[in-house]
Formats: sequence, structure tokens, C-alpha cells
Amino acid sequence: MTGLIRILQLFARSSSAQGKRAVLTIAAIAWGTLALLLMLAFGEGMKISLYRGSQGMGSNLAIMWPGETSLIFEGLPSGRPVRPRIEDIELLKKRVEGHAGISGEMHNGGVVLETDYGTRTARVIGATHDYGEIRNHIPQIGGRFLNETDQRLRRRTIFLGNELAVDLFGEEDPVGRQVMLNKTPYTVVGVIIYKVMMGNYGGMESDHAVIPITTYKAQFGRDRLSHVVVKAADPARIDELVSQVHRVLGSKYMFDPEDPAVFSTWDTVEGTQTTTNMMLGIQLFLGVIGALTLLVGGVGVANIMYAVVKERTREIGVKMALGARPSWITGPIVLEGLAYTLVGGLLGVLMAVGLIALLDMIPTKGNDVLELMGKPTLSIWIGIGSAAVLGIIGLLSGYFPARRAAAIDPAETLRYE
Amino acid sequence: MNLKRMFKQNGNGTAGANGAVIHMNDITKIYDTGKIKVEALRGIDLAVKQGEFVAIVGPSGSGKSTLMNLIGCLDTPTGGDYRLRGEQVSGLGRDQLADIRNRRIGFVFQNFNLLPQISAFENVEMPLLFGGVSRKRRRARVTELMEKVNLADRMHHKPTELSGGQMQRVAIARALAMDPDIILADEPTGNLDTSSGTDILSLFEDLWRQGTTMLIITHDPAMAKRAQRTVEIRDGLVN
Ligand SMILES: Nc1ncnc2c1ncn2[C@@H]1O[C@H](COP(=O)(O)OP(=O)(O)O)[C@@H](O)[C@H]1O
Ligand SMILES: [Mg+2]
Repeated sequence: MTGLIRILQLFARSSSAQGKRAVLTIAAIAWGTLALLLMLAFGEGMKISLYRGSQGMGSNLAIMWPGETSLIFEGLPSGRPVRPRIEDIELLKKRVEGHAGISGEMHNGGVVLETDYGTRTARVIGATHDYGEIRNHIPQIGGRFLNETDQRLRRRTIFLGNELAVDLFGEEDPVGRQVMLNKTPYTVVGVIIYKVMMGNYGGMESDHAVIPITTYKAQFGRDRLSHVVVKAADPARIDELVSQVHRVLGSKYMFDPEDPAVFSTWDTVEGTQTTTNMMLGIQLFLGVIGALTLLVGGVGVANIMYAVVKERTREIGVKMALGARPSWITGPIVLEGLAYTLVGGLLGVLMAVGLIALLDMIPTKGNDVLELMGKPTLSIWIGIGSAAVLGIIGLLSGYFPARRAAAIDPAETLRYE
Repeated sequence: MNLKRMFKQNGNGTAGANGAVIHMNDITKIYDTGKIKVEALRGIDLAVKQGEFVAIVGPSGSGKSTLMNLIGCLDTPTGGDYRLRGEQVSGLGRDQLADIRNRRIGFVFQNFNLLPQISAFENVEMPLLFGGVSRKRRRARVTELMEKVNLADRMHHKPTELSGGQMQRVAIARALAMDPDIILADEPTGNLDTSSGTDILSLFEDLWRQGTTMLIITHDPAMAKRAQRTVEIRDGLVN
């Protein structure tokens, strides 16, 4: 304890180094800190934007495309197509445990949509009403998604993708207006909000339209599902949910529940995991680059402290002769190295925070590249991590020169020829 | 002011066996520079009693400074037995040796070895700082010492603003700061003109009369003459 006080006392008295060199060193540390923080902040922003993008489609989903059997089952040959029907959605909802929603979709990719304003050929999807919730089809203010009544009464209501809405209505509000769908009039009930999308299937959501599944059946005369969408309550159990779907439909359509070919399944949980891992890799990479830049600054501090030790060799020798313990010599040197690092670090943090605030004011909406990059963002972990890196570099940059100082032989230093 | 009691809580305060402050027996020192080994001391026997004034003389390169470094615990002997006030020095750790240098030894060098960036006051204060003396006592002690060496009016000058003789007097005040068992001076007048040298010599005599034990390496016959006893070193041996 008294030792620490002695060290602080001596540190307060030690003549601080050469102004210009100290300033340059502090600047190097500030630059390194800025680089580290910016790297990590860009990584963080990218992670957030990627994550948001992957969530845009809806989270914890398994999307299952029906195909053909590949295994012989109870005397039936392989190669039989399996096509679940609309009614199977209700069956699955009843029989599958642990789901947070099951929906079915039917697709028609070449439907002509027509208004007074314009004509477009677009993909039209028939879906159950809970599709909106499951697949994150959030309506813009003033509109709604298809509801249970639409489905029950087989209403000709339609929910539009935002870009499709612009093509059909320009700047005007489409809600309540009419669209001719293959010459049949439909009423627009809502338009999807703008979303940043990373994963997708069956085309862009901004460019498609959704109608009630029952209406779809009446309109196009089909009731075989293009795919089944299952949302898991617990993302960890998504595989088990998929097996349950296999079993339920397997006993109805007579196929082996273990047959891998009947459904091709896209599991967004796995995708999210991949995204997370990939981002971790990218952030680690950026962090290492930033830390290396900072390390260069740290080497600068160590150098200046080595120079200080060299310049003060005689002074150190004298102090040793007067009874300074080794730690009273090394302590102030470590503190001085740490002080340069922390002052530089603080400057770097201030610059980084300022720069990130400035970048935050640049609008990114509409610019695909900037949107994907996301906004550089500082997080508490970035703060803690950078502080730790700074602290370690600061300590090391003082420690090695201090070790050299402690190795000074006073007898040798004070020898006078 | 009884500094012995103030600073030496763990020292025994009395001379060791035979009343010797310093007791050396068959001390050797070999410098091993890798290629060649220099046998600087080849078996020194030396005893200095409390209150003695000993001059060490001998030709250049005979091992005088080496001997002083060993006595001052700035370096460790290659062989032999060294007791400071009866206490075995070999085998002590770096911190303990530092404490011995702080409390028991006062060094005076040929080239003064004052720290140039700080004032005379702060130079004299330095050992007191290492000794953990409170600010108030440090101030009082430094003032007292600066008066003793006749430099009260130069207290806040930097060493560069002082003459050689004045610098050496500051160094002597610094050596006295912790009231050491012994003052070790290595050619203290070697860098001074004759009149400053005479000043320093009479200061040493005053100190000695007041009871300070002194061991002085010198080339100056006048100084050797004033000493109680002269020890001549030749080729690493006491002649
Ligand atoms: N650190 C050292 N390394 C190698 N040789 C040394 C060292 N210090 C002193 N010597 C040698 O030891 C001998 C005694 O030196 P020193 O004690 O300085 O003599 P003096 O003070 O009597 O002139 C000399 O030959 C000198 O060169
Ligand atoms: Mg010498």
C-alpha cells in the first residue's frame, strides 16, 4: 500500500517526456483507437442490418416445398408426387405440437394486374390469413393484412407489395381502390411496409400480391399447396417440428416420414445461425485489424518510454543509489506509458463517437449498398473490449521499458572514468 | 532531532561485533565481461569503526571504486563475507538492499550526480521521499541540512545554477539526509578547484567531529593527511 503511494508520488514528480514526441505518440494511439472503434462499429452496424434483413422474412420459420417420394413405402413405388391440399393446413395446426403458426401458400407467377394507372404482370400468392403474422407482412399505416373473414367469405381482397403498389397506383394511396386481377375486380386492403430483405424465396415481397387462399382456389381452380410454412415457438425445436409435419402428412399421403425427398425444407433458424457465425467472423477480423493499428500506437508508446529510460539511465542509477526500490523506479514508468495510452485512447474514443454521430446523419434509405452496410453502431461490448485492448497495450508499452529500467546496474551507471 | 530513532525502526543502532560499522573479510570481486575476467578485488580485509575517518588511497584501477560500490551495496561481491553493523549483507533481496542504501549509506560522488531538472532542495529531499518521511519533516530536515552545508540561500536553485563546490555541498547534504551509518565518498574533490576542495575537506572534518563515520577515496594527499587512518589499495589488495 505504502509502495503504491510512493509510486504515485514519484510518478507525479517525474519529469514528463519531450513534448513533440509525446504528442505524436498520443496521436498514434488516438488514431489506433479510432480505427479499432470504427472497424468494430461498422461490423456491428452490418450485423444489425444483416440480422434485421434475415428477420424480414419472418423468424424461426421452416419453409417446406413438396416434391416426390424417393423410398418404397408399404408396397407403393417411389417417385410418386406428394401435393398437400388447403385442408391439410388445419390438420397440421391440430396435430403438430410446438408451432407458433402454420400457413400454406399457393403461387401463380404470371398474373396480370391492371388499374387506370398501369398494368403489371406479377406473382400472386394465395395464403391463409395468419400468413401476414408468420411471414412478417406488416401493413403500412391505414391498411391491413387479409383477415379470417376475407378467407371465410372468399372475398376478393388483395394485399400488395410496396413496389407493386407504386406501379399500379403511383403516389396515390391504394387502400380501398380496385385492381383487376385477370379481369376480375379485387379491393386493395393494405400495402406491405418497406423492408430490408436478405433471404427470400419466390421473388421479392415488395413485388408480389397476396389474396385469401380460398379466393385463390376459386379464382384459379387449384387447391394444391405450393408450400407449407411452419413457425416454431422455440427455434431450437424447428427440426422436430419438421419431422412432425412429415409424420402427419406421411400417414395421410402414404409416404415414409423418413423420406428426405418428399419435402425440401429451408430453415431460417439455421440461416440466422450462419449469419451470426459469419458476422462473428467478420467482426473478429475487423477487430483484429483495428487492434493491430492500435498495437502500432502501443509500440510507439513503448519506444518513447524506452527512450525515456535511456535518457534517464543516470537518473535511475542515482535514485537506486539513494535507496529507491526497483518497483519505485518501474511503477512510474508503467504509469507514464499507461497515461499516454489512455489519453490517446480517450481522444480516439471522442473522435470515433463524433464521427459515428456524423455518419448517422447521412440518410441510407434507398441506397442499397449503404443499407446493407448498415449504420456504424457502438455497443457496450465494443466499449468494454476496446477499453480492455487499450489497457493491455498501455500496460505492455510501459512494462517492457520499465523492465529494462529495473535491469539498470547502478554501479555501472555511476562509474566515473 | 533524533533521526536515528526516527528512521531506523528496524536497525539495531549500535555497532556490531568489535564495534565495527563495516566488517569485510576476504572480499573478492571478479568482473566477468564475457571474453575476459577482471579480478578487481582479490581478498580485501577491512574494518571501519563507528566515528572513524578513513581515507582510501591507491593508483587508478587498483579497485577503490569497486570496493566502495560493495560497501555501499550498489554491487555484490563475488566472494567473502561482508557485515554492515554486524548484519550479513549477502543474500539480501533487491528491496532490502535498496532500504540499506537509503537508511545506512550516504554516497558522495566525484561528479556529484545531482538530478539536473530539479532544485537543490528537491535533490536533498529525494532520499527522504524514498524513506517515507512525511512532507512536513522532509521540509524541516532539508532546511536544516542546507543550513549545515551553508547553502540555505541557494535552496531553490537548479544544480546547473550552482558552482562545482556548491553542487558537491548539495550532494553532501543529500548523503546526510537519512542520517546514515557511514558516508562513502569517491574522490569528492576530484572535480573541484583547490579552494572549493579545501571547503569540502573542512566540511567533512566538521561532520566527522560531529560524529559521522567517513570513508573517503582520494588522490589528494592533503585529505589523506587529515584522515585518522589511511588504507592503501594496490592491485585489488590492501597494501
Ligand atoms: N563494470 C566493470 N566491468 C569490467 N571491469 C571493471 C568494471 N568496473 C571496474 N572494472 C575494472 O576493475 C578494476 C578496478 O577498477 P576501479 O574499482 O574503478 O578502480 P579505481 O577506482 O581504483 O580506479 C579496473 O581494472 C577496472 O577496469
Ligand atoms: Mg575510481
